[in-house]
Amino acid sequence: MSEIKHVKPSIQEVLESGKFLVTGEIGPPKGPDIAEMTEHIELLKDKVHAMNITDNQSSVMRYPSIGTALLIKEMGGEPILQVTCRDRNRMAIEADLLFAYTRGVRSVLCLTGDSIPVGDHKDAKSVFDLESAQLLNLIRTMEDGKDTGGNEMNGSVSFFKGAIVTPEADPLEPQLMKFKKKVDAGAQWFQTQAIYDMDHFAKFMKVAREYDIKLQAGLVLLVSAGMAKYMNANVPGVMVPQDLIDEMASAEKGKALDTGIKIMARQIRQIREEGLADGVHIMAIGKEGVVPRILEEAELDISAL
Amino acid sequence: MIITNQKPFETILKELEDAKSVFLVGCGDCATLCETGGTDQVAEMAEKLKAEGKLITGMIVPDVGCHELDVKKEFRVHKDELEKADALLVMSCGAGCQAARSATDKPIMPSNDTLFLGNIMRYGQFEEKCRLCGDCLLDVTGAICPVARCHKGILNGPCGGTNEGKCEVDPEKDCAWTLIYQQLEKEGKLDKMREYRPPKNWNAVLKPGRHAIERKKGGEANE
Ligand code: SF4
Ligand code: SF4
Repeated sequence: MSEIKHVKPSIQEVLESGKFLVTGEIGPPKGPDIAEMTEHIELLKDKVHAMNITDNQSSVMRYPSIGTALLIKEMGGEPILQVTCRDRNRMAIEADLLFAYTRGVRSVLCLTGDSIPVGDHKDAKSVFDLESAQLLNLIRTMEDGKDTGGNEMNGSVSFFKGAIVTPEADPLEPQLMKFKKKVDAGAQWFQTQAIYDMDHFAKFMKVAREYDIKLQAGLVLLVSAGMAKYMNANVPGVMVPQDLIDEMASAEKGKALDTGIKIMARQIRQIREEGLADGVHIMAIGKEGVVPRILEEAELDISAL
Repeated sequence: MIITNQKPFETILKELEDAKSVFLVGCGDCATLCETGGTDQVAEMAEKLKAEGKLITGMIVPDVGCHELDVKKEFRVHKDELEKADALLVMSCGAGCQAARSATDKPIMPSNDTLFLGNIMRYGQFEEKCRLCGDCLLDVTGAICPVARCHKGILNGPCGGTNEGKCEVDPEKDCAWTLIYQQLEKEGKLDKMREYRPPKNWNAVLKPGRHAIERKKGGEANE
């Protein structure tokens, strides 16, 4: 295998050096015009340690996560490849992972994936040959030089393996069982579903800290009070406390985004100061451009860590 | 049993557009309970087709529409009526249509869509609880099937979409993994849920399925 040049440290190296891991997210576009996405990558690549690339997010067909991961690599950034089980069976996933590995992708976030009917290809056959815990285990198998058919490969891969956990899931107990299964299946680090209530999060972290894993708090930028209410009503496992909704609602006209940025910056500072998590994962859905501002307000400069 | 739903009448008419004369075949079993192929529905269909100018050459409701030998026998009894028909309209499930297929070379049209293997919840209400996967794991899931009843058919606990015990695809549907959790908790067997389930063999039954009861030497099975 030709040597891959890594411009940035891997997120595993960042976490193991004890630094606060800051990641952002790139949502690939619907169609071949990648100009705007390329701008976002350019904007983020030196401000965050790495960027998640969503995989046909919300079951909406888009530019591929693996292609975007390579693009980020080419541009001198560090990608986190998201892999879902919704539209690829174990064979296809294994082949994709071989490709990703040989092109220098080092971190993979394993998800089950949204269901087909919530997306924009409602008649498509859904796959779900595997789910997230089995996907983690599949990678482990490939790290032992085998595929899940039990066949020897001509070498092995190695990835830093991640998964998602939902601290506000209702009911919580089955979610915690699955969390443990993911740890046992090889997850080394976690990103959470969006969290807003820091007290709840701190309680959850007491449980999470029992495992030998790293964990990033997932933060989604609020852009309006309406969005906060919508998330409460419609996004499973997300709970925006009333005081934050009020804070968003009290923003002056045209200033809701500023308030959202202020809230997130405050949360980042709190997580860092109180050592609540090993890092943050910032999701500024559709507003990637403001991420540098959030980090500035949070006084978080990764080059100074 | 096999749950069926009648197609819109216009669709059925379209299927039969080349047929001036039609022979109707119902089913005395599942399609009777689903009210899609019982004696009443077959008679009603005959009237509607007549009103559209079709000649009904005959109609039968075999006891079990997917019993190929019995369907063949019935077809032999009704040979003349069958001969006169340009097409058959089979008012049972997809399997029933194909039992008819084996019994005649005439064009066959389905009047129903075949939905799933369903339990009867109450009269006229059905729910899918088994997907016929060929490798039953109900022993470890509190006899609640994640393959059939979880939208994604996943095996290691709930996905991130579960919300207050409901499924992400339909807030009217229970999340199977919440049900499994609650059941195993009642049994004091939550350890079964904590255990990792490896990827499933989705080819436990190679499609199309085929099965023969193994006959023990010197006797019939189950006799
Ligand atoms: S596991 Fe589910 S689908 Fe498979 S045989 Fe058992 S009940 Fe049916
Ligand atoms: S919400 Fe529950 S039933 Fe629906 S797909 Fe997820 S785990 Fe399965």
